[in-house]
Amino acid sequence: MVKITSWGRLSHLEHQRVLLSDCQQVAKQLQQHQPGIAHGMGRSYGDVCLNPNGVLWQTTSLNRFIHFDDNTGCLTCEAGILLGDIQALFMPRGWSLAVTPGTQFVTVGGAIANDIHGKNHHVMGSFGDHVKHLHLVRTDGSLIECSPTLLPNWFAATVGGLGLTGIITQVSLQLQPVPGPWLDTETVPFTQLSEFFALADSSESTWQHTVSWIDCLSTKGRGLFMRANPCDIGPNLEPQCHAHTMRFTPPLSLVNGLTLKPLNSLYYQLKKWRAGRSIAHYQAFFYPLDNLLHWNRLYGPKGFYQYQSVVPREVSLDAVAAMLAAIKQSGQGSFLAVLKTFGDREALGMLSFPQPGVTLALDFPNRGDKTLSLFKRLDAIVREAGGRIYMAKDARMPRELFELGYPCLNEFLTYRDSGISSSLSRRLMDY
Amino acid sequence: MTNTSKRIVIIGATSAIAEHCARLWLSNQSVDLTLVSRDLAKTQRIAADLQVRSPQSVIRILTTDFCDAQAIQHCVADIIAIRPVHTVLIAHGTLPDQQALQQDLSACAETLMINGISPALFAEAFATQMQQANYGTLAVIGSVAGDRGRKSNYCYGSAKGLVERFVEGLQHRLAHTAVKVTLIKPGPTATPMTAHIRNMPMAKVEDVAQCIVTGIAGGKPIIYAPTKWALIMLIIRHLPRCIFHKMNI
Ligand SMILES: Cc1cc2nc3c(=O)[nH]c(=O)nc-3n(C[C@H](O)[C@H](O)[C@H](O)COP(=O)(O)OP(=O)(O)OC[C@H]3O[C@@H](n4cnc5c(N)ncnc54)[C@H](O)[C@@H]3O)c2cc1C
Ligand SMILES: NC(=O)c1ccc[n+]([C@@H]2O[C@H](COP(=O)([O-])OP(=O)(O)OC[C@H]3O[C@@H](n4cnc5c(N)ncnc54)[C@H](OP(=O)(O)O)[C@@H]3O)[C@@H](O)[C@H]2O)c1
Repeated sequence: MVKITSWGRLSHLEHQRVLLSDCQQVAKQLQQHQPGIAHGMGRSYGDVCLNPNGVLWQTTSLNRFIHFDDNTGCLTCEAGILLGDIQALFMPRGWSLAVTPGTQFVTVGGAIANDIHGKNHHVMGSFGDHVKHLHLVRTDGSLIECSPTLLPNWFAATVGGLGLTGIITQVSLQLQPVPGPWLDTETVPFTQLSEFFALADSSESTWQHTVSWIDCLSTKGRGLFMRANPCDIGPNLEPQCHAHTMRFTPPLSLVNGLTLKPLNSLYYQLKKWRAGRSIAHYQAFFYPLDNLLHWNRLYGPKGFYQYQSVVPREVSLDAVAAMLAAIKQSGQGSFLAVLKTFGDREALGMLSFPQPGVTLALDFPNRGDKTLSLFKRLDAIVREAGGRIYMAKDARMPRELFELGYPCLNEFLTYRDSGISSSLSRRLMDY
Repeated sequence: MTNTSKRIVIIGATSAIAEHCARLWLSNQSVDLTLVSRDLAKTQRIAADLQVRSPQSVIRILTTDFCDAQAIQHCVADIIAIRPVHTVLIAHGTLPDQQALQQDLSACAETLMINGISPALFAEAFATQMQQANYGTLAVIGSVAGDRGRKSNYCYGSAKGLVERFVEGLQHRLAHTAVKVTLIKPGPTATPMTAHIRNMPMAKVEDVAQCIVTGIAGGKPIIYAPTKWALIMLIIRHLPRCIFHKMNI
């Protein structure tokens, strides 16, 4: 047994870890050790990748490439490979993942199971939109191959399926051609929420990547709108990346009432002062937090929550304003607050998170009941707006909100594997 | 291209440590790589991965019986016949439960064979060829377990001890040639071999492989991987018996 935590560091409980390292042995290993749940890099914030006192199938050693077609950009690989390893290998060859999240330290399997989204959702949809084929091993030892056209229901259940339909062992992904690793970026400060929406509307047709940082303590909702397009600046040296590590967990959260306001103001003013166009390396733009390894320790021993919701576009201005007001009033919140519009494309997974609208993601140091009661207020706003909460980030949403937010749930349940169970599935579903 | 690129041979190529060394070797250059194993299908999957990582590299696969001296002799001769080699890594090994071995002499014999005699025979066959070419590096994976006999793994450990003396002899024999001989001693590393061991902190296989590749490039005679094990084993080797025998290791 080993103590395992997820990115939010809310619990550190014992798990029996089973290392999967050979695709051919996975069926046998699952039959021998179950019930369990797949665990990639544990970059999910809550309990979707945890199964305390039970089995975790560790997938990160399933990390072999299988085939790459230089002409079409179709990559076949095992599911434990890291998105960062794919980017590092293929970016210099002119190919990039179509969708990447805010960190490169996640596995392909994890990216599919949460049907993750990136800053280019309005152009590319979510990760599952670029999966051409996958192998799913069930705990009874059987293998299911599926794709958007082959057993499409199994595919739709597995994309965004939270690891509950089987273990994904092998995947074919469509990569996108890019001119190189560089991006032409622009930062535009905004002083209120309505400006954010105007910027989003005017940017979506001409900018592939858009995302905003928002100062969750400001009254009107000031922030920084960042947008980018791939660009060709000719042959160039790769920048030297210097990763730092947060080596210890401070006894108290370093993000607190005293530090947050000055930090947010400083960041806003600095960025405002340096706003405008610049050329950035993809790593700096896509994965700004990856330079401080283990930054999650900043929140101290009690860990932190992330609350990420999406609300439909029609009601988004009011809903987002209401959420920001509730947060400001509670005196909680943190530096990390991200606002982004999703495009009109419906995700293909039965439990996929992205839906047309606006998504707001915020970190909150865990202050126990105080934090949980704030979440209840936010839940009410999301419920009223007809939105949903992202399972990759969740550790506490009430079951009724989950059921409201994910109308395809009942259909999904018929594809579950009875030998698979996670903390989250026990919390929100029957087992 | 084949004739100018570096030629590397890995014996026991399905080992996780060896596979990660191969990834590092291929990451910044095209290599002429030969993978030797007993399991063709598994080795083909590794070769496919390496080929995606390095499309320009040439990757060959050979299978053989690792416990048969004749087969080893032929295998090495076949490899050398193509072209001289720059680097050989001998990596195979197995770590059965010590207590089970105490009940089963034939399993004990197999363990001594695959961890001790087999790598020594491969090393011997390559050493002779490399001495003639007066060129290359021969690296063999031993273990920190070979540094002192311990109740928890002395069957495995003594075979690794054999490897250490053998390599030492080869280093002595080839000291005045251009051939370098290296002994690699990994500490506990998270690989399939140790997957059944609980409650022991393990190094990451990527880090161990990096340590090995850097050490081989630097021409080191002994590589502890990670390096901290050099100090730990120095202490363990020198502990007086009266203390050592009280330890449950
Ligand atoms: C700094 C940071 C930024 C982030 N930014 C974004 C973002 O911009 N957009 C976004 O969408 N997400 C984002 N995330 C969340 C992250 O992308 C997801 O949580 C992702 O799923 C994590 O992948 P993982 O490999 O760590 O999987 P884990 O967290 O270990 O597991 C996630 C889920 O995948 C399942 N799973 C893993 N491997 C397999 C497999 N082989 N077969 C079947 N199921 C499997 C698990 O069972 C679990 O249900 C971010 C996370 C961090 C820490
Ligand atoms: N992991 C550690 O903690 C650790 C510590 C110190 C030293 N080492 C040494 O490091 C080396 C590599 O081990 P690893 O950790 O990478 O383990 P691994 O992934 O389990 O690899 C073991 C290798 O040995 C091969 N092998 C085992 N028995 C064999 C046999 N009878 N015939 C032919 N090949 C056989 C295996 O082949 P198959 O794939 O066909 O089974 C595999 O290639 C070994 O010499 C090991 O002793 C490891």
